[in-house]
Amino acid sequence: MSAPEHAPGGAPWATAALALGDDALILSHRLAEWAGNAPVLEEEVALANLALDLLGQARALLSLVGDEDALAFTRGPEAFTHVRLVELPRGDFAHTVVRQLCVATWQELLYERLATGASPLAPIAAAALPETAYHRDHAVTWTLRLGDGTAESHARTRAAAEALWPYTGELFDPVEGLDEVDLGALERRWRARVSDVLTRATVPVPGGARLPGSGRAGEHTPHLAALLDEMQSLHRAHPAASW
Amino acid sequence: MEPGRERFERTIAADERIEPRDWMPDAYRATLVRQIAQHAHSEIIGMQPEGSWITRAPSLRRKAILIAKVQDEAGHGLYLYGAAETLGVDRDELLDKLHSGRHKYSSIFNYPTPTWADVGAIGWLVDGAAITNQVPLCRCSYGPYARAMVRICKEESFHQRQGYELLLTLSRGTPEQHAMAQDAVDRWWWPSLMMFGPPDDASPRSARSMAWKIKRHSNDELRQRFVDICVDQAAALGLTLPDPDLRWNEERGHWDFGAIDWDEFHAVLRGEGPCNEERLTRRRRAHDEGAWVREAAAAYADKRAGVGAAA
Repeated sequence: MSAPEHAPGGAPWATAALALGDDALILSHRLAEWAGNAPVLEEEVALANLALDLLGQARALLSLVGDEDALAFTRGPEAFTHVRLVELPRGDFAHTVVRQLCVATWQELLYERLATGASPLAPIAAAALPETAYHRDHAVTWTLRLGDGTAESHARTRAAAEALWPYTGELFDPVEGLDEVDLGALERRWRARVSDVLTRATVPVPGGARLPGSGRAGEHTPHLAALLDEMQSLHRAHPAASW
Repeated sequence: MEPGRERFERTIAADERIEPRDWMPDAYRATLVRQIAQHAHSEIIGMQPEGSWITRAPSLRRKAILIAKVQDEAGHGLYLYGAAETLGVDRDELLDKLHSGRHKYSSIFNYPTPTWADVGAIGWLVDGAAITNQVPLCRCSYGPYARAMVRICKEESFHQRQGYELLLTLSRGTPEQHAMAQDAVDRWWWPSLMMFGPPDDASPRSARSMAWKIKRHSNDELRQRFVDICVDQAAALGLTLPDPDLRWNEERGHWDFGAIDWDEFHAVLRGEGPCNEERLTRRRRAHDEGAWVREAAAAYADKRAGVGAAA
């Protein structure tokens, strides 16, 4: 599966930088939607931290490909190549926590691998690793609390895991420029780690098949168009402006 | 005089700090709880007007700055609730008073933010007014509050500069951007002046707070200081302040300014501002929707403690 043709330069790593940059950009946006809505004040600070780290990663990755603002604010939905998992609405806190568990665990494994490579992604992945380890810790802590908390929090966490699971397969779709990564091995390690956390949280590990299609090929849910309508509205309203 | 009161008076007179375990008059404690809580509430309600622009920020750099700023406000809320807790109240109790309308927050946050330039105007004017008010609080007689204010003022001055820079970019941008900046300054100028509170002759609690060195300068003194700073900055921004009576007074060595509409101030304070209902409703909803999360965290902690005790 390959990305739509918009990565300039044509270097194989540019396709990967765009895909991983879009993952970080869109997930950051969803996390930032929590501002003013978090369940406790400490989580206002923590969720903003996650959003800021991911936005920083997105800016570094997109800047490898082109102008970060042109890429963020002028592309249509079909030109974004992030996994659909990150564009789903933030949902309740359990959805946010389970999504963070899935994505942060994957990013940490992937970045560990990329950090040792020779592509321009390596220094960005290396710099992001400590952040990603914190994101994973935060998600693990909350998965345990929610899964093994009250009957309600358990039910919500289980529902979130079941709803999100079919989207996780896309994390392991081949991406041009990530050829150095053994995606099969990455998926096995990811599955072991996430399953271990869910099991400790007393949440059954969901089964079932992945959804057809892939965000990596520019296929998205209608949620992305709505997100971009909002995110790009001001920028697009003033095409000649700088900010 | 009993020894506790004598030590308290002596500490205040010597310009030293009162600490949580020290004896203090009940009214001193109550004044501080009210003031610190109101300040904390203002920080968390204040996340809303600007926070609503995070998802529409027009560049990724501005988006990062805005997320960080709103995050700082949550952090300020945390320090301040922490400072209030040293006086024997707890955060849940204070939040409950905010949510039930028994505690106030700064009225400035009951004004709407219809354009992106409002983010800049809030940074320049609202944070600027807040700093003018708060820098003297770094020398407040109550230690934990004074120390919280040192950290907060550093971050606020950063926010103020970012707001100014945002407005400058708009002012020097396209004609639409310039108009947006001017419109925002027109709307925020007078509410910012009201942030210093009623005029001195109508501020009943001021004298006592000054005697206790909680407050160091009068409302009117601080308001004048703010006006004097802003006039030059507005000129540098290429924007005007919406006051035809603004003129330099050689004799006083200060800028004269027009009369403030105190009826508007009191109306907003009574809950009749454009966004009072919206701000509180949103805060209550976030709190209510988060109840199951807080309960889960408490239940999980109890289970862990049980495991620890059994082991």
